[in-house]
Amino acid sequence: MNIFDRMMSLDRRWVFLFIALVCVITYVWPFSIPIRITEEVKAIYSFIEKLNEGDIIFLGIDYDPNALAELHPMSYAIAEQAFRKKLRVIFVTLSQNGPGMADQAIRDISDSVKLDKTYNGVFYPGREIKNGIDYVFLGYKPYPALVILGMGQNFRIPFPSDYYGTPLDSIPMMKGVMNYDQVKCVIDFAAGNVADMWISYGQGRYNFPLALGMTGVMGADYYPYLNSGQIFGIMGGLLGAAQYEKLADNPGPAIDGMRIQVYAHIVIILFIIIGNIGFLVSRRKQG
Amino acid sequence: MKRQLPLFLVLIFGLFGIVQYFIPHEKSEWMYEFLLDWIYIIGIFALALGIWSLMRVSWDKIKHKRQNWQYSIVTLTGLFAMIFFGFNYFRDFFNSAGLQNYMFRAFFDHIMIPIQATMFSLLAFFIASAAYRAFRARSLLATLLLISALIIMLRFNPYLGFIGDYMERTALWLLNVPNLAAKRAIIIGVGLGMVATSLKVILGIERAYLGKD
Amino acid sequence: MDAFSIGTYLWTTFGAFLTLCIFSFLYRDNPFYKFAEHLVVGVSAGYFVIILWHNGLQPNLFNRLNDGDFYLLWLNSARPWYLIPGILGVMMWTRFSRKKSWISRYPIAMYMGIAAGIAVPLEMKNRVNVQLYSAMKNVEWNNFFGTGILDSGSAVAQLIILIGTLSALFYFFFSKEHSGLFKGVARFGIWILMIGFGASFGYTVMGRISLFVQRIQYVGNWTETSWAHPSVLVIWFLIVGVFALLLLLEFIKFLTKRRTAAS
Repeated sequence: MNIFDRMMSLDRRWVFLFIALVCVITYVWPFSIPIRITEEVKAIYSFIEKLNEGDIIFLGIDYDPNALAELHPMSYAIAEQAFRKKLRVIFVTLSQNGPGMADQAIRDISDSVKLDKTYNGVFYPGREIKNGIDYVFLGYKPYPALVILGMGQNFRIPFPSDYYGTPLDSIPMMKGVMNYDQVKCVIDFAAGNVADMWISYGQGRYNFPLALGMTGVMGADYYPYLNSGQIFGIMGGLLGAAQYEKLADNPGPAIDGMRIQVYAHIVIILFIIIGNIGFLVSRRKQG
Repeated sequence: MKRQLPLFLVLIFGLFGIVQYFIPHEKSEWMYEFLLDWIYIIGIFALALGIWSLMRVSWDKIKHKRQNWQYSIVTLTGLFAMIFFGFNYFRDFFNSAGLQNYMFRAFFDHIMIPIQATMFSLLAFFIASAAYRAFRARSLLATLLLISALIIMLRFNPYLGFIGDYMERTALWLLNVPNLAAKRAIIIGVGLGMVATSLKVILGIERAYLGKD
Repeated sequence: MDAFSIGTYLWTTFGAFLTLCIFSFLYRDNPFYKFAEHLVVGVSAGYFVIILWHNGLQPNLFNRLNDGDFYLLWLNSARPWYLIPGILGVMMWTRFSRKKSWISRYPIAMYMGIAAGIAVPLEMKNRVNVQLYSAMKNVEWNNFFGTGILDSGSAVAQLIILIGTLSALFYFFFSKEHSGLFKGVARFGIWILMIGFGASFGYTVMGRISLFVQRIQYVGNWTETSWAHPSVLVIWFLIVGVFALLLLLEFIKFLTKRRTAAS
């Protein structure tokens, strides 16, 4: 048995241990990497930057805890940017465990906005954001396609009251806000085919500006929609989140995670190379 | 009658679903909104079925002391604890105070999030192991796949010097040109497939959802 | 740093413990993993019950009927027609009965009909028509070569997209034997598809790794909080000490057993 055969028959738990060690060591070792900005992420940032105080944006928190690693940093960065600019935000969730994700995000962002901060050289004094005035959280309904269509007619059809049980008609922020017509843009953070539904049933029928933040697994699949103008921006995976954090000058877990990502990728590429060398050697030996 | 009438209903509602898109009249909109409103309610009842099924399976396991029945106690305890807190200690059934209950939130934040997130993060290890064992440049097609994957994986690597910039530009070209063409073909294919399936459902050709007699 | 509260700290500790329980599966299946797995199944189901109630039935059904009276079956409410979807919903529950499951077909038929009907025009327009249209429309002939080979806005790039899309579609849809020109087109189609799958695979690796990275950050933050608060650190040293002692005893037992077996 030569070294390649031995490496090919290695217990996979050694592979697990190796990748875990590399990630943990990179996490502990402090350094940073440069993040390059791409057009599709910048489009979202610039769109929100151009909005005026009091404008409403609509954020779809359509992910479960299993996609939080990639999508929480995006929604935190965008919602914080919106609240600092005194935009108003409607949150909604069409994912089964999404309500808890949105609830957690709203609590954390409220805490963060209370602090004085400077982003991109502009000083923002801390302020308290209030439910019903600065934001509304509509809550959850099953069957995303039908809910997206229902909201296009009137938010009150699928959501007679918000997540916390207050009727939509008695919420000050929702006065005169009937459907997507009163919303400047929809940004959907999606883990799964909800993103397709927002495109086909939402943007396709009601023609609002739509941008997507999505998991890495879906990251490459939505470029055709960007090219056709059905969506105006894409944030794909942790890289997209890190780019947004950099644009918003609000470094968080995504930028921190990207440095670990670099080394994990190097390890995986090494694995692929070693595996292929082993494969070539054994093929040559066989014949 | 047990089969024909439902199929007829599917046809009627299906045709209405298609037609209303082309008729933005007040009456058709009214009808459309009315139906959507009803569908949400029906759908919610349907989802409760899954929970009932889980409860029944767990309870059966405990009753017959099947293998690993002890863990089913954990499942049921978790379920009832969540219901108990979610109704604010069985005090608030008709207002949503339970959703802001401390324990309800804590269970979500510190039990559901860590476990679900970690379960999915196991995939990181499996993909590493698969990279080691399975991704072989066996043919031209497999090599194309591997090269394209490597370019995407190396695009943000800061240690490549001047190649790094080139890699990033190649990655963007790859995403915006060949990848876009491939994904566009898939989107069109899926779109046509969905339209065909929907038409089959409306016309009663596809009827598996009705179950057996 | 956020204000330290012992309640939150204990909860995060439990979260970190559950995280490690799940990771223990990488070594092999074990009771800790099974415990965490079954716990999350139950808690998620309970969570869904509450969400369906407070965000579903309560606002969409019961609040709309609550001006009526229970003993009159809500028929005296201002909007009694909401009873109909309620009844249709209950009919869904016959699904589990072998004899009565046909009743559930009516609400299912309503749902399937609407969902399928709505899908036809919208999917056709937004997935097929718009995509085909923009594949052809986006070719800018007066910007033929763009700024170079890697310019994705040039007409050359857009032509590659157009031809690539058509070839890949050709590969999908034509089951006719691929020979001659057909073979060339189908071949180009599958090349394009493979590059696309490769891009998705590259992104998938990034996605999966970032899930693990987030868990490291979670446990890392918890460790940092523990170090920052000496009071909890003492408790941890005690727990780890007891654990280490137990492990040592186990090890001694293991050694003696081996020695007896050897002799």
